[in-house]
Amino acid sequence: MPFNILVAASLLYVGFLFLVAFAVERRAAAGAAGWLRSPLVYTLSLSVYCTAWTFYGAVGYAARSGLEFLTIYLGPTLVFVGWWWVLRKLVRIGRRERVTSIADLISNRYGKSNLLGVIVTLLCVVAATPYIALQLQSVTLSFGVFVKDAPEGFTGDGGTTALWVAAGLALFTILFGTRNLDANEQHTGIVTAIAVEAVVKLVALLAVGVFVVWGLADGPADIIARIDASAIADWNLQPSRWAGLIFVSGAAVICLPRMFQVMVVENVDERHLATAAWAFPLYLMLMSLFVVPIAVIGLERMPEGANPDMFVLTLPLAEGQGGLAMLAFLGGFSSATSMVIVEAIALATMVSNHVVTPLWLRLRPRSDAAQAVSGDLRRLVLVSRRLSIVGVLALGYAYYRLSGGSGALAAIGLIAFVGVAQILPAMLGGIFWRGATRAGAVAGLLTGAAVWTFVLFLPSFGEGGVLPAAVFADGPWGIGWLRPGALFGVQGMDPLVHAIFWSLVLNTSAFLIVSLVTFPGPVERLQGAAFVNVFDEGVGPRPWARGQAEPEALLMMAQRILGDDAAQAFFEEGARAQGKEGMLPDPSPGFVAGLERRLSGAVGAATAHAMIGQIAGRAAVSVEDLMAVANEAAQIMEHSATLEAQQGELTRTARALREANEKLMQLSVQKDAFLSQISHELRTPMTSIRAFSEILMEGDLPPGMAEKHARIIHVEAKRLTRLLDDLLLLSVLENGTVQLTLDVVPLRDIIDGALIAAGQVRPERAFAVHRDLAAEDIFLRTDADRLKQVFINLISNARKYCDAGQPELRIAVRLRGGRVLIDVIDNGTGIPQDKQRLIFEKFTRLTDQTRAGGAGLGLAICREVMASLGGTVAYLPGQGGAAFRVTVPLRLEQAA
Amino acid sequence: MRRPLFLPRARYRRRRLRDAARLLPVFGAFLFLLPIMWSPATTMLGDTAPDGIYLFAVWAGLIVIAGLLSRHLRSDENGPSDEDD
Repeated sequence: MPFNILVAASLLYVGFLFLVAFAVERRAAAGAAGWLRSPLVYTLSLSVYCTAWTFYGAVGYAARSGLEFLTIYLGPTLVFVGWWWVLRKLVRIGRRERVTSIADLISNRYGKSNLLGVIVTLLCVVAATPYIALQLQSVTLSFGVFVKDAPEGFTGDGGTTALWVAAGLALFTILFGTRNLDANEQHTGIVTAIAVEAVVKLVALLAVGVFVVWGLADGPADIIARIDASAIADWNLQPSRWAGLIFVSGAAVICLPRMFQVMVVENVDERHLATAAWAFPLYLMLMSLFVVPIAVIGLERMPEGANPDMFVLTLPLAEGQGGLAMLAFLGGFSSATSMVIVEAIALATMVSNHVVTPLWLRLRPRSDAAQAVSGDLRRLVLVSRRLSIVGVLALGYAYYRLSGGSGALAAIGLIAFVGVAQILPAMLGGIFWRGATRAGAVAGLLTGAAVWTFVLFLPSFGEGGVLPAAVFADGPWGIGWLRPGALFGVQGMDPLVHAIFWSLVLNTSAFLIVSLVTFPGPVERLQGAAFVNVFDEGVGPRPWARGQAEPEALLMMAQRILGDDAAQAFFEEGARAQGKEGMLPDPSPGFVAGLERRLSGAVGAATAHAMIGQIAGRAAVSVEDLMAVANEAAQIMEHSATLEAQQGELTRTARALREANEKLMQLSVQKDAFLSQISHELRTPMTSIRAFSEILMEGDLPPGMAEKHARIIHVEAKRLTRLLDDLLLLSVLENGTVQLTLDVVPLRDIIDGALIAAGQVRPERAFAVHRDLAAEDIFLRTDADRLKQVFINLISNARKYCDAGQPELRIAVRLRGGRVLIDVIDNGTGIPQDKQRLIFEKFTRLTDQTRAGGAGLGLAICREVMASLGGTVAYLPGQGGAAFRVTVPLRLEQAA
Repeated sequence: MRRPLFLPRARYRRRRLRDAARLLPVFGAFLFLLPIMWSPATTMLGDTAPDGIYLFAVWAGLIVIAGLLSRHLRSDENGPSDEDD
């Protein structure tokens, strides 16, 4: 196989991938992605899990450790088969919160904390760098296999090849990975290219496998026989490694940045996950189906000391199958490139969103919101992302150069797995446990990362590499129980299992304990509820307060991040949804929250939150903010209580006024009625007096007649006098100029006198009078005559108006405090409620049914008399008839 | 609002299907870890091939069951999510 053809083929292959990505992007831009967004493509894109480590390394792994390599695939199989538990929730959360990376997920969950974003980003970068180096190494090695055919100019120096590969990958990734800023627009081109590469590597490995099983051996039975005969058969399953590796690979398939990228971020339809749940395990199974046969035949046929990591390539080559070797080479190439591309995109997104952009925002003066969004932020983010891609690949290349490309592939891969598995407690805790707090997540992640670094990562550089040999022998600072190989004195454990065990145990413990004793902030609690209850609609983070953000400033900022077209379309849509013309919707909480989610799809949750906060005037919801809100609410409540009180007072006043008005109107009517009444009352006696006096003046009357006429005149004149007396008395009483004659008298005498006096009114009616003589045995110091007048009035009224067939009168006396209550109650129909307030007014006559002979002044006089006696008289409703209560002080002191 | 005590047959089936989907990885984990129980105890002769065949058989079985379950689970993805069953 000429080396030139190999180079040409790989260039052609890369060109083909470029074309695929390019064409797909074009189609997607035209909105015709169609089948490109099918579950098949989704499943195939998940195959970035299978890197060159799988493609080449699995065979080497099998050659060294038998079936143990399977654990790397059994873990993910269990996770995908159990998609209903974790993956479904992750994907739903990822889509709903527009998560851009695993760092974004953790940061978003724990109150949009950027500190957590930075921690996860750093952990991922540290863990991924050797992994990327591993990919570069495998490509270099695979080139190296062909190097003996290299032309003179090609030195075969691994570094040069790796450099070219790294540069080419960086270019490809930048071209297709940073075209769109909004991660939610997704990298359709890249995903499709990855899917194509997935097919290539599967076909390549299957082809080599088929060639080995049916070409070099005689079918499955023969292979089984050869396995039994080979060195691999001596392998013994180590239980702790077996379980530990299944666990850690299951954790890694969720936590690896590149897996999170294709599984959650690039997911276009949640239902694709249902297909991937069985199709991805199937892919993994097919990828590992021929690993052991290839390893066995490789060990059999290849010369002693041949690198088993390269059997996939060297075996066909040694057998003279140039085409097959070429295919295998492309398969390995695909595995490496797809992993590097996706990993670079994922890491670059994290670095730019959680390190570069926040740093840039931090360096800006926070006070000036306009300045914070000035400058082309979109450009900044894109540039930072591109630089991050270059940086990530440069790191990988540097690691490769520094480490000299040594070490078995599998070891490096497992170290990275354990590293990213440190994210697992914070992640699972975050999506299943509302009690998980930011402090807990920080503590867990830092503990896990520290243990992993000390126990697994640094020792991987070899004794005396980074850690001095003394640390291995005696522990740091001579503390024996902190030796990296035997933490807390636990010895005899496999180093990898030891690292998995201690890092995850300490990580989880720190996470749980700190979560239990700390209190989450408001945003954390809201995000926690939103994440844990993602399947319940309507649970969401606290919306932005209305009206704090200027829509124009928001649009300016959105344009800088999303690009003019996308931002304007988003705003127009928002305005239309609110039923408004133009491009500026009201900054309603819903709209601003939607915008934040959209922005977080581009720059990550923490950054988006901070940026909106700068414009909306609230960088983050702190407890102080909530306290302020609560105070405000309290003030508003207080204010509204005052208002309510005022309103109550107003209502009462209004009611009093209304009542007064009503009374006035009725009084006015009464007065009119009275005026006509009194003119009638005055006119009637006057008319008869005039008429009879005229008759008397004519003289010639029989003597009896003259006397009779004179008596009529006398009676009528008396009536007039009485009316005028009443009016006079009333005006005297009202003016308060009345003279009282105070004396001590028994109440019984007063009532006796009143009954006798009132007996003259309608004497034909027989009244049954009920009295309580014992109770009446009270001595009052008062003006007896005037009090008697009141009783006379009340009793006369009863005699006049009581309409019962057998009228009764009850007089009840009670002593209460220093006052005497005297109730005068008859058994008539009483006084209707609407009239009760009027009866004490002057000139009031309720009915004309009985010619009372009075002018309607009686009760008015009673009221005034009682006022002058320091007491009251009031109507007593609900006594089964007309009832009046007279209240009089026991001892009236003469006012000076 | 109170949930009904008994569910219609179709919804009952769907919930048990979800239970099955949740249980599948547990069974899978058990079967994948089973070699721990027997492998070290057997003869000095290697048992790589039988173990491998066993593991691949379990693997294939899981894929088939997961495929059957996901076909039914996918159809009710759009339905109302009644999680706390």
